[in-house]
Amino acid sequence: MKVLICISNVPDTTTKIKFVNNNTAFDKSGVQWIINPWDELALTRALDLKDAGAGIESITVMNVGLADAEPTIRKALAIGADKAIRINADPVDSFQVASLLADAIKKEPCDVVLCGIESCDYNGASVGGMLAELLDLPSVSAVSFLNITNGKVELKREIDGGQESIEITTPFVGIVQKGIAKDPRIPNMRGIMMAKTKPLQVLEPSAAEKLAIVGSFDLPKAKAACKKIDPDNVKELVRLLHHEAKLI
Amino acid sequence: MSVLVYTENWDGKFKKLSFELVSYAHEIAKMLNTRVVALSIGCVSNDELLKLGDYGAAEVLSASNDCCKNLDNQVYSHIITQAASKADANVIIMAHNNIGKALAPRLSVRLKAGLATGVLSLPQSVEPFTITRKAFTSKAMARITINTPVKIVTLLQNAFGIHENPTSAQIEVFNPDLSAVTAKTIIKEINKVTGKLLLTDAEIVVSGGRGMKGPENWGGIEELAALLGAATACSRPVSDEGWRPHSEHTGQTGKIIAPDLYFALGISGAIQHLGGISGSKCIVAVNKDPDAPIFEAADYGIVGDVMKVLPEIIAAVKEIKQG
Repeated sequence: MKVLICISNVPDTTTKIKFVNNNTAFDKSGVQWIINPWDELALTRALDLKDAGAGIESITVMNVGLADAEPTIRKALAIGADKAIRINADPVDSFQVASLLADAIKKEPCDVVLCGIESCDYNGASVGGMLAELLDLPSVSAVSFLNITNGKVELKREIDGGQESIEITTPFVGIVQKGIAKDPRIPNMRGIMMAKTKPLQVLEPSAAEKLAIVGSFDLPKAKAACKKIDPDNVKELVRLLHHEAKLI
Repeated sequence: MSVLVYTENWDGKFKKLSFELVSYAHEIAKMLNTRVVALSIGCVSNDELLKLGDYGAAEVLSASNDCCKNLDNQVYSHIITQAASKADANVIIMAHNNIGKALAPRLSVRLKAGLATGVLSLPQSVEPFTITRKAFTSKAMARITINTPVKIVTLLQNAFGIHENPTSAQIEVFNPDLSAVTAKTIIKEINKVTGKLLLTDAEIVVSGGRGMKGPENWGGIEELAALLGAATACSRPVSDEGWRPHSEHTGQTGKIIAPDLYFALGISGAIQHLGGISGSKCIVAVNKDPDAPIFEAADYGIVGDVMKVLPEIIAAVKEIKQG
């Protein structure tokens, strides 16, 4: 079974967000880049399954990005992915990302495609679903558990107030969220050395349409200062919530 | 021309978000000088369907065939596509939750419709269609323009609120043609709690962090939540430690919520946590560290040991509730 994981190169989750060019572009200066946390969880689970002998023949990671994404892609190889493909483009919307991925995946058939449910930069939460539709494959979203045994795929999907256990035949697109794996892997020296010799293929992008245009960014308005209440007068807090905020 | 709303129900009763979506669609329909058509999938009684009229739906399409029982993303996308074409929809409104995130992208491709996910407010303008959505996990907002004939918007829950716009809704049984699609999602088992307030539906949320010291101390959180009719939540370390289920984790990689009132008890407020709760209308923080970042996001704060403060909050709330 061949598994392909779409990974996005995103700013570290502790990054202070700033914009440049009259608030039309994200300020990349001084930013640490990481594998999007949900994508990393998907990769971690695939690696765990491969190690457990679930019959996974290869794990490929695919990214849409410019050459500056390569350190992040190499990290995916260092923690155990077998092969990487980078589609050389600086995309403007999720539809363009999904279209570029779909065109590349059509040439690189696989049984299981995994995507994180969203990325922590643009939070579109759309690439996985768009990709599935473009490939005309079934998709399961909000996947919090994945198991593969003898070619049989079992999933759990988060629903309001609980979970559904699902069976699906391959090929399919799994859109994963928290819970699918616990701790991401940390690359060790051997992995980092091996990653240097693993294949990282660069594809030139196909022509893809764009459906939405980002005009500009705004930072949220600063909040009014917190009203501090004396810890020896907790009643005052409840009184304020009742009389001033009128929330309880 | 119309604004189509994809509603969601929970065991035959509309989720609160459905009324919010219809209220929101009603305002967009006013801007476009058109009407709201609501789509309901699954078994929902006529009385329940009529409720959508209270918030501004002029027409309700009810698809209740057996094949619609379980969510299969391909089947549901076909149903919504056909409803959009029947209603001649130029804007489609869905919730920014797991279901909206599963379906809206597929529809965007099927309908070649520009998609704005995680929207917080009404469009700034409808011609051109310009709307603000959250980005960088609520640390910024992006203003986007969509020029495709059909637009899809997913609205963050509790961002707009429920507003009554009494309309007499016409109900129509809707039988989509599903001969071209088969459900490939086979559901083996469903485990869910019924009758419990959903975290994303709650107006008040009581949330605990590492300052609670261990799962054995959650009684206080549950007691305060019960008193206030609130849902319970937790920070990431708490769910990672297994003190509480992942479904309660609020924050960047967990649930994004926007209740009216959020209690952060023993939560330091890492930037990732704030990303998930910063939409709350009012935040109350209790933490023993006066420099904890949660106080920068909070409206009311107490610097103190949550183990000591929480029982006092409970006592004071009881007093108020007893009048």
